[in-house]
Amino acid sequence: MTEHTEDTGGQPLRLRIPEPIARPGDPPAFRDLLIDRAGEVRRPPIDVAPADIVDLGADMIRVLDIRGDAVGPWAGTLDADQLRLGLRDMLTVRAFDARMLRAHRQGNTSFYMQSLGEEAVSCAHRRALHPDDMCFPTYRQQGLLITSGYPLVNMINQIYSNSHDPLKGRQLPVMYSSKAHGFFSISGNLGTQFIQAVGWAMGSALSGDTRIASAWIGDGATAESDFHSAMVFASTYHAPVILNIVNNQWAISTFQGFARGDSATFATRGHGFGIASLRVDGNDYLAVHAVSAWAAERARANLGPTLIEWVTYRVGAHSTSDDPSAYRPKDEPSTWPLGDPVERLKNHLIRSGEWDDDRHQQCVAEIEATISAAAEEAERHGTLRSEHTSPASMFDDVFATMPDHLRRQREQAGF
Amino acid sequence: MVEAIRDAHIVTMERDERVVVFGQDVGYFGGVFRCTHGLQQRFGKDRCFDAPINESGIVGAAIGMAAYGLRPCVEIQFADYVYPAYDQIVSEAARLRHRSAGDFTAPITIRMPTGGGIFGGQTHSQSPEAIFTHVSGLTTVIPSNPYDAKGLLIASINDDDPVIFLEPKRLYNGPFDGHHERAIVPWSAHPLGEVPEGEYTVPLGVARIHRVGSEVTVLTYGTLVHVAEAAAAETGIDAEIIDLRSLVPLDVETIVESVRKTGRCVVAHEATLTSGFGAELCAIVQEHVLWSLEAPIARVTGWDTPYPHAHEWDYFPGPARVGAAMRATLAER
Repeated sequence: MTEHTEDTGGQPLRLRIPEPIARPGDPPAFRDLLIDRAGEVRRPPIDVAPADIVDLGADMIRVLDIRGDAVGPWAGTLDADQLRLGLRDMLTVRAFDARMLRAHRQGNTSFYMQSLGEEAVSCAHRRALHPDDMCFPTYRQQGLLITSGYPLVNMINQIYSNSHDPLKGRQLPVMYSSKAHGFFSISGNLGTQFIQAVGWAMGSALSGDTRIASAWIGDGATAESDFHSAMVFASTYHAPVILNIVNNQWAISTFQGFARGDSATFATRGHGFGIASLRVDGNDYLAVHAVSAWAAERARANLGPTLIEWVTYRVGAHSTSDDPSAYRPKDEPSTWPLGDPVERLKNHLIRSGEWDDDRHQQCVAEIEATISAAAEEAERHGTLRSEHTSPASMFDDVFATMPDHLRRQREQAGF
Repeated sequence: MVEAIRDAHIVTMERDERVVVFGQDVGYFGGVFRCTHGLQQRFGKDRCFDAPINESGIVGAAIGMAAYGLRPCVEIQFADYVYPAYDQIVSEAARLRHRSAGDFTAPITIRMPTGGGIFGGQTHSQSPEAIFTHVSGLTTVIPSNPYDAKGLLIASINDDDPVIFLEPKRLYNGPFDGHHERAIVPWSAHPLGEVPEGEYTVPLGVARIHRVGSEVTVLTYGTLVHVAEAAAAETGIDAEIIDLRSLVPLDVETIVESVRKTGRCVVAHEATLTSGFGAELCAIVQEHVLWSLEAPIARVTGWDTPYPHAHEWDYFPGPARVGAAMRATLAER
């Protein structure tokens, strides 16, 4: 062993291994979560210099206050009809998730991922984009697809891997793809889509198009190098892209501290790249819509990328293969300080005199009936346990034209 | 060959506005090997531009552009630098068409200089073709001369799926036969150095018989094509040298026909031996023409070590080693 010199004090070196404040058995604690009062954070003009809004990377933009009123400079981007539509979108996602979890328990699918508690982020964002803008989602942005009007039965066909699965049984359930609905094929890898979105946006700009891209990533996957690739390319070329980080606090069992989320907000990642960066209450439908529209307007005006951290909470398990009670307090979801996005929008509409409990219940019943009908239609085309597309189709689409070696292997396989 | 590659860019960029070219140092400067020289000046910065030093970013952005509808042709400065982009190539570009059932595709060409012979040491000399041929959904191409380089590159850019385009860097300026001690021969003195103007393609998946022969078949590609030619001349063995040109798809028919005729086979590549593409070639030969073989198939490759700097010529499978392998297969009578 070498001798320690005096100026190091002879101390053994050690690392910081991050640890969440609360584990199973502990009382839930969100004391480190920085929350501003609704309406308090300023709304700069879209041509503001990113360096002049660094405070917005640490603040939290919120519109709905504790009483359910829409307040402050970010309020007023949506009328009552649009808000009712937003509520319907979120309720549809929630009911769809519930129905598919049931389908999983019944054995109709091998896997499902719900977005319980995070519905506002993707639903409100999609409404702020144009229909032909392209989203590069993660597996928890089914709200984008549902809001864009993609047929629910197609989603269920994919989840069931049945004979009508648009992806022909090739993909894990929920890894949808629909170019026509501005929804890029989900990989299942983490983070790869973030730089691809920037590339799509670059392609649009190089072609003199007016469409923009919207990139999605979770808090945990910001640790991937593709996140940094996206940041450096987006900032270097001023690509017309919105860079969304959905901070739902948990990456399976790994809390956000392992992506440094316990040391600084994720939005501040943008500052070193000179990217306009904002942190937003992701459970506030009105705030999500207002900030998304602001960022989209910036991109369309050739003002470059915007990074947005949506602060939300993954109420459910990571997937049907996960049990969060093994790593976080059981009552943590119910104590999440930003509440529930559906309840908050519903309360706002009721308080504004634009909604009531009867209409709400009727709306939920209608949605559930629609989803049940879609599920029944899908079941007629089979489930994981019954009817699939022909296995011969696995040899299709590897290349545009099937080369000889695949033709030979298809024959060997008996097709 | 540099001029031929540059010309392939010009032909495709003039014809098709969707072709965009980017990578490290490829824009204003025209690439460290000059393969994109003058493209930015000719086509503008929207068609040819420099990229950050981030290979996964280059390929990831190219995938996004391709999904948008462009046809990016990107340069990775050295094949040795491609590994950060491997996930984007393998998990994304190669599978996008399949996983989305044709909803999205990735028609991108990823060019990269490959192989040794320029005293590049371990990080400027590798031949990683086998890590691409192992992946479903990728086409892997490697030319051995300027005529093929231009025709194959145009075919690659035209292709509707991702193509890995490996350029043997020791061949950029001449048909190197492994005799490093001799003066460099320029392509202008070689028949395959003659490159027609304008558009033509060399189809992907079709091998070329570089030398017709009767005694032994040499299956090879890239730099080793010329090394094998020298070995045949120096040993006096009447070797049939097959330049595969495209590894996936592979021209099995030409391989099988030749081995059936000669009854003997040498597989030669610069890449390391174990799990190299040569293993695939051996498997295919025995599968199709085992009973025509009169001797075991011989393999000549780089050693299973990192590519050394000072000991480059002890590593490189030169004409002496290829010639010895030919002799060995002929010794079995």
